[in-house]
Amino acid sequence: MSGKGIRIEGLRKRYGTGDTAVDALKEVNMVVAPGEVVGLIGPSGSGKSTLLKCLGAVIEPSAGKMILGDETIYDEQWKVKDIRALRRDKIGFVFQAPYLIPFLDVTDNVALPPMLAGVANKQARSSALALLEALDVQHRAKAMPSQLSGGEQQRVAIARGLVNRPPVILADEPTAPLDSERALAVIKILNDMAKKFETAIIVVTHDEKIIPTFKRIYHIRDGVTYEEKGEGRPFDA
Amino acid sequence: MISLAGRDIMHSWGKFVFTGFGLGLLIGVTLIMAGVYRGMVDDAKVLLDNSSADLWVVQKNTLGPYAESSSIYDDEWRGIQSMPGVAQTANVTYLTMQVRHGDRDVRSMISGIAAGQPGLPGWPPYLIEGRQITRGHYEAVADQATGFKIGDSLQIRRNKYTVVGLTRRMVSSNGDPMVFIPLKDAQEAQFLKDNDAILEQRRRNQQSPEFSQPGNPGLLEALNRSQNNNPYVNSVLVQIKKGYSAKEVAKSIEKWKRLTVYTREDMEEILIGKLIATSSKQIGMFLVILAVVSAAIVAFIIYTLTLGKIREIAVLKLIGTRNRTIAGMILQQAIALGVIGFVVGKISATFGAPTFPKYVLLEPMDSVAGFFAVVIICVLSSVIAIRAALKVDPAEAVGG
Repeated sequence: MSGKGIRIEGLRKRYGTGDTAVDALKEVNMVVAPGEVVGLIGPSGSGKSTLLKCLGAVIEPSAGKMILGDETIYDEQWKVKDIRALRRDKIGFVFQAPYLIPFLDVTDNVALPPMLAGVANKQARSSALALLEALDVQHRAKAMPSQLSGGEQQRVAIARGLVNRPPVILADEPTAPLDSERALAVIKILNDMAKKFETAIIVVTHDEKIIPTFKRIYHIRDGVTYEEKGEGRPFDA
Repeated sequence: MISLAGRDIMHSWGKFVFTGFGLGLLIGVTLIMAGVYRGMVDDAKVLLDNSSADLWVVQKNTLGPYAESSSIYDDEWRGIQSMPGVAQTANVTYLTMQVRHGDRDVRSMISGIAAGQPGLPGWPPYLIEGRQITRGHYEAVADQATGFKIGDSLQIRRNKYTVVGLTRRMVSSNGDPMVFIPLKDAQEAQFLKDNDAILEQRRRNQQSPEFSQPGNPGLLEALNRSQNNNPYVNSVLVQIKKGYSAKEVAKSIEKWKRLTVYTREDMEEILIGKLIATSSKQIGMFLVILAVVSAAIVAFIIYTLTLGKIREIAVLKLIGTRNRTIAGMILQQAIALGVIGFVVGKISATFGAPTFPKYVLLEPMDSVAGFFAVVIICVLSSVIAIRAALKVDPAEAVGG
């Protein structure tokens, strides 16, 4: 793989040591190309959350390799010095609940990651407004999160995940609180954004409504990933 | 970078304003307590200033006339007046009592002043209304805090006095307003017994074989007469001539008159260091308690506000917010709470002080010191909340 995207090779994560050690991830291999949206599916306790935390550089894996774009970020140990900056600049997050900052308006919620990266407020807000327009929520730019509907909040959260143009976005059950129509709309947005910004998106989900829309799916069971071809159904199905 | 603390405060301003208001009342009480102490010190200095004295001559080995009782003969002033360096002397008596005014009592310090004219030690140095005492008996000059008006009649012991003048900020070291009356009246008021007690004393003298001697009939009469007079005053106030050292003159009076003499510095030490020492310790203790309570309130509020934002803090960390940005946000909120509290406290103290039953002197420098103390307390109080915030794992934002 060249350019953006993410590649995981032989990733493992062990909690604890000795007799009480638990191997949450035993063998994870994934490749997500730029502009691609893949599903990550697995039952409770299969290791989905642990994998998401490893991919998000929130916890350190025990072994394996992670390559983000052209940069090896983990190879038996972290290869980047500033993990916080890695999360800020290279990884976007979209959560099950939008988790918008309640005391910032929509524009500043989206503009916050670039502001944290040192981008001037005006420029950060300009980028945020452009994304809000792309996601069709520009009319709520001055609203507070509590004034938005669930779907609007999720779109704002997607905008926040995209605003720093990260090579990869990790979406954790992004459609769980939404009805079918809105869930499919969110997946369509993710696909559109992935193509538009050449971002690799991994969507962790249980949602039966959206699983058929993925062209590729990774199943995870007992800490091991298996690749499967998806149906790739149209979003209005 | 936008101010996260400012945005959070604006978003939940009601919580901050109400908490700041509560904290402000506490800070207001603290400022008033400090003002009460300053007022006590000022009262003590005002008492010394208003006496117009450079030296206080009192009973030997006493801390009189304000901190301890002192009694010296009322003719001692003649000898002192003739000593080198002495410009003016005057007898004075002090007596704190309830003065009757109509159907109410006013706690006052009665000061007996020697006959003379304004400028004599012990006399009220200025009046705001009326005139000074000109008659030898039954006239009074009262501080306006007593509530008396010109022409009012007040009762001290059995005698009634007419208020002929009013003065301002003439108070005892306890803050009681002063009433000036002629010295002879004050001596009588200080030592006057009621008629039954006088009769009883005469009966006892008559029955005593020591005083009732058949061969010396004048002795009993002389004794009874002497017991009806009060030849004592509490102190002799001395003004010294220009060019003389107060300490040297004091030493000279002590040596020749066998009395104790205090200079202005000695008196300040006695009044501030001894007379109000216990009160100042009590106020100091209250200030410490109030500071601890304020710190506990700020710490609790900031900690509670922080715990209410755990998920947001986890998200902020996950998207790359530095620990120092999060710590700064909490710190700024704590300081903002303190500033709101201080403003409310300062306003409430300023408007509340005049209604306080004791003189409250709000010094600008105390307010400045109070402001910095509040800021420091808020900074220290935010440490617990900052520690809690820094412990938040960004993984908490990720499901599972």
